[in-house]
Amino acid sequence: MIEVVQSFFLLCLLWFNIYKMKTIYNIGIGITLTAFTIFIASLFLNDYKLTNKLIDDAGLGDVKTEALKEASKGFEGKTISSKLEFVDELKQALSVANASIVNKYKISDRDIDALVKLSSASGKIKYSTAFAEKVFPENDGAGQYKAKGINDFTGWIADRKYQSAEDLKNDLKNSLTGFNNNIQYTKAFDDYAIGNLLFVLTKKAGTGLVSNNTGLFFALTFILAFIGAMIFILPKFWDGLPGIKHNRIFKTSLNSQGIIGILMGSFLILFYIVLYFFPVYIVEWVSISEVASVGLFGREASQWFLYGFLYTFAVLVMGLRFLSKYRHNKYQRIRTFSVMFFQLIIAFMMPQILFALNLPEVDLKNIWPLDYSFFFEWRINSYLNSGALGMMMLVWSIALIVIAVPVLTYFVGKRWYCSWVCGCGGLAETAGDPFRQLSSKKIIAWKIERYLIYAVLVFVVVMTSWVLYTFFTGKSVLLGIDSYQMRKIYGFLISSIFSGVVGTGFYPLMGNRIWCRFGCPLAAYMGIIQRFKSRFRITTNGGQCISCGNCSTYCEMGIDVRWYAQRGQDFARASCVGCGVCAAVCPRGVLKLENKSEKGRLNGPGLLGNDGVVKVRGIRLGKESA
Amino acid sequence: MKNIVILGNGISGITAAREIRKMSQYKITVISSETEHFFSRTALMYIYMGHMEYEHTKPYEDHFWKKNRIDLMNAKVDKVDIAKKELVLSDGKAVGYDVLILAVGSKSNKFGWPGQDMDGVSGMYSYPDLQDIEKYTKDIKRGVIVGGGLIGIELAEMLHSRDIDVTFLVRETSFWNNILPAEESALITRHIRENHIDLRLETELKEIVPDSNGRVKSVVTSKGDEIECGFVGLTAGVSPNIDFLEDSGIETARGILINEYCETNVPDVYAIGDCAQHKTPPGERRPVEQVWYTGRMMGETLAYTICKDKLKYQPGIWFNSAKFLEIEYQTYGWVWANLKEDERDFYWEDETGRKCLKLVFDKKEKFLKGCNVFGIRLRHGVMEKWIKEKKHVKAVVEELTEANFDPEFYKSYETEIKGKFNKQIAF
Repeated sequence: MIEVVQSFFLLCLLWFNIYKMKTIYNIGIGITLTAFTIFIASLFLNDYKLTNKLIDDAGLGDVKTEALKEASKGFEGKTISSKLEFVDELKQALSVANASIVNKYKISDRDIDALVKLSSASGKIKYSTAFAEKVFPENDGAGQYKAKGINDFTGWIADRKYQSAEDLKNDLKNSLTGFNNNIQYTKAFDDYAIGNLLFVLTKKAGTGLVSNNTGLFFALTFILAFIGAMIFILPKFWDGLPGIKHNRIFKTSLNSQGIIGILMGSFLILFYIVLYFFPVYIVEWVSISEVASVGLFGREASQWFLYGFLYTFAVLVMGLRFLSKYRHNKYQRIRTFSVMFFQLIIAFMMPQILFALNLPEVDLKNIWPLDYSFFFEWRINSYLNSGALGMMMLVWSIALIVIAVPVLTYFVGKRWYCSWVCGCGGLAETAGDPFRQLSSKKIIAWKIERYLIYAVLVFVVVMTSWVLYTFFTGKSVLLGIDSYQMRKIYGFLISSIFSGVVGTGFYPLMGNRIWCRFGCPLAAYMGIIQRFKSRFRITTNGGQCISCGNCSTYCEMGIDVRWYAQRGQDFARASCVGCGVCAAVCPRGVLKLENKSEKGRLNGPGLLGNDGVVKVRGIRLGKESA
Repeated sequence: MKNIVILGNGISGITAAREIRKMSQYKITVISSETEHFFSRTALMYIYMGHMEYEHTKPYEDHFWKKNRIDLMNAKVDKVDIAKKELVLSDGKAVGYDVLILAVGSKSNKFGWPGQDMDGVSGMYSYPDLQDIEKYTKDIKRGVIVGGGLIGIELAEMLHSRDIDVTFLVRETSFWNNILPAEESALITRHIRENHIDLRLETELKEIVPDSNGRVKSVVTSKGDEIECGFVGLTAGVSPNIDFLEDSGIETARGILINEYCETNVPDVYAIGDCAQHKTPPGERRPVEQVWYTGRMMGETLAYTICKDKLKYQPGIWFNSAKFLEIEYQTYGWVWANLKEDERDFYWEDETGRKCLKLVFDKKEKFLKGCNVFGIRLRHGVMEKWIKEKKHVKAVVEELTEANFDPEFYKSYETEIKGKFNKQIAF
């Protein structure tokens, strides 16, 4: 098989002759861009029709179903070609349905007046919950619900005597505020349900070009993009001699924060914002990816499947590109195979298998505190409720935190995870590779990095302590801070905004490791071990450095590697993810990633070669302020 | 407080400045007309190739100099007045000094070729050179490079990176074989050709022919061929940049003459780096060493002399490195182009013909004298130690793994090398 592919491309080479490789590359890029254009266009090519059947199928229960049907009468069965209009209509309908449900279950001022009146009937003012039966005689759901509300919320003033009707009225009103506010959550649609329904109903209401031809669109987007990418990438395995491929990087707009780079960054940022906060606007993409979801796993797709699919696609395709680029470097090759494997098998496939086995649907290589929700009650309970296998999974994940992380980081540095296993790292090393040179090497960036990443670590530890407090006591507030509020803030600020929108959206603007460098709490945790108790270091080669700056430029973590190399100083910075690119791009063989005895690890030999100076001053590392 | 003025902000001058600052509170001024800040000259090629931008080639951030109280002055020095102890700048102003360090580097050799100063012809040494090359090579089809040394091969790689065809005129019978032994030279010669560079050996430049606008049109070679080209790169070596010292009273020959303390004939005037010529070069070294590493060492040594006690320039075991297109090269100790009377060598090359190892050892005592290595990285510290302690070459081969500095998981060649050594060299 490989021979066939190889001879095909050799034939291509002959056909175009070696100097016209550009033509092949341009064809590849052209095809990929076409697929991308179709992908974008698909968002605007669909129609939407909400039907009562769709509402019935949503499984909302009688009350909600009826209310929503009533509220959406105006556009039910009509085909709407604008998604914005459809979503607006649906939002409107949900809010009307909500209002009507609340209205139906609410204990109104009139009801309260009636209760007061009944309490005053005997001349004295004495309240009893038994009056509820008289005020709400209906024997339907609403009447019973309200009667129960009276019992639950006003029981505490039952049989109490009042001086004035006004006092009783006030007490009733105050007592029932909570009940009335609760209706939205118990009977109607809360914000979460609204978001969910908007997404699900819009996706199912799709009826036009895209929804009717998802298979075709799957071919025209994902498969076409894959073909284009392969035409672009595969010839690289045979084009020219193996070696460092950085020609023209800083003369290419996409790779050097030029206009195309800025456009790319803007697109990614927008994509993440829509994905996290407004997924209803990309339901077509979800429908298209559903072809894979149904084909592979027989399941409907959510926006998270779409994301996982795109993510894996990016890691595999760009991983192949990375392999072609570093085909001369075995360390890079093995490492890249590793991240591709972990993304495809462990992160993408494995959770689906676990789901099929009725086990918690989790990524088994994800580790707290990167996996910040690991200790949430619903997560822990999902393990506890899954029998012996669930228990084993729980033990596995905890063992990763307390045993694997410190032990492996001690022996080989944090690279075992960050640039070999991790999903964030996997994306950064593959899809992010074209942007690695954009990370700031300034000292000020290093300072910000140290404050920020440890602040996130502290945040996640505090948040998790509250989560565990809640888990064990069932209470949510400790020291005036609400456990649920805190997870919400962390989820929004750190997980969505920092690791997603900024972490990946800013690849073309600030380099490919923004999250890993400035935010990831797991990287922070491993960084401390790597810096203070590890056998890992980067060894510099005596006096061979020529201060050219390739190492620093291509360090994705923004480490000024040259600072150490030109002093002949071995080093192990907390942030180093051990990608090995500094050593790869060095033209003089000065850098090597090594695991060796801790003894004398960071004192290095110092600059070599100048016997006179060594004789009078000893081998030393002079101090100077950066 | 001594007022130290350093002329030149390359690796030699800047190393001297930094080391003096570490050891003293003297006033330090560095003067250069090339660039405002220190940059790595060796990285010029990478700016052209788009691997880096100029900013990336600065080893220290711009605020470093102020923080370390090293004054930078962007000026051109026309003359040195040793009587008044001052420098005369091109704008007529004078700058006084107590101690003067000349670290003025080199300039590209030009051997009086007809047309050598026309538009489209440049050396490849300085930042202005790079700007010229950038300008001259826009939209050209072919460039001709004259002179096959380390800078020549860099310039060839530069043009190659932009898909500009390269014709490479080299005087020698094989690339760089005035420095490299025949096998290594052959290896690199092959590698240049497999990169589709039109390498013409035993060919020299006769003249550069202009077009009607006075720009390069073609070159004529010593073999009578005319090669059309848009650019000519002159890389036939460099020589000390000392024209401005004529009549200054500072003694010069090829370079500025210095003794083992880097002192010139004039008190308080020193010279280091490319521009210096040692009257008594240490060991088997050349009088003029135009190498990054030796410039750095001279800077370190001189700083000690100025701040503490007089210290002789005593470089250790010779080492150097380079990269020929995709092939890295390191050398430790002495490996001459031709073996000396008392020397013997061992050569191993891998099956791809892109990696090799050469060991030179004493014929009688069998100790290691030097080593060339291509496509494999070796540890400086280990090689230095072995050569210094005159390690037996058999033991060197046995323990070669200890010296290996290739990245993890790389194929190791030690067994293969050992096998060949034991078969070939019978002690």
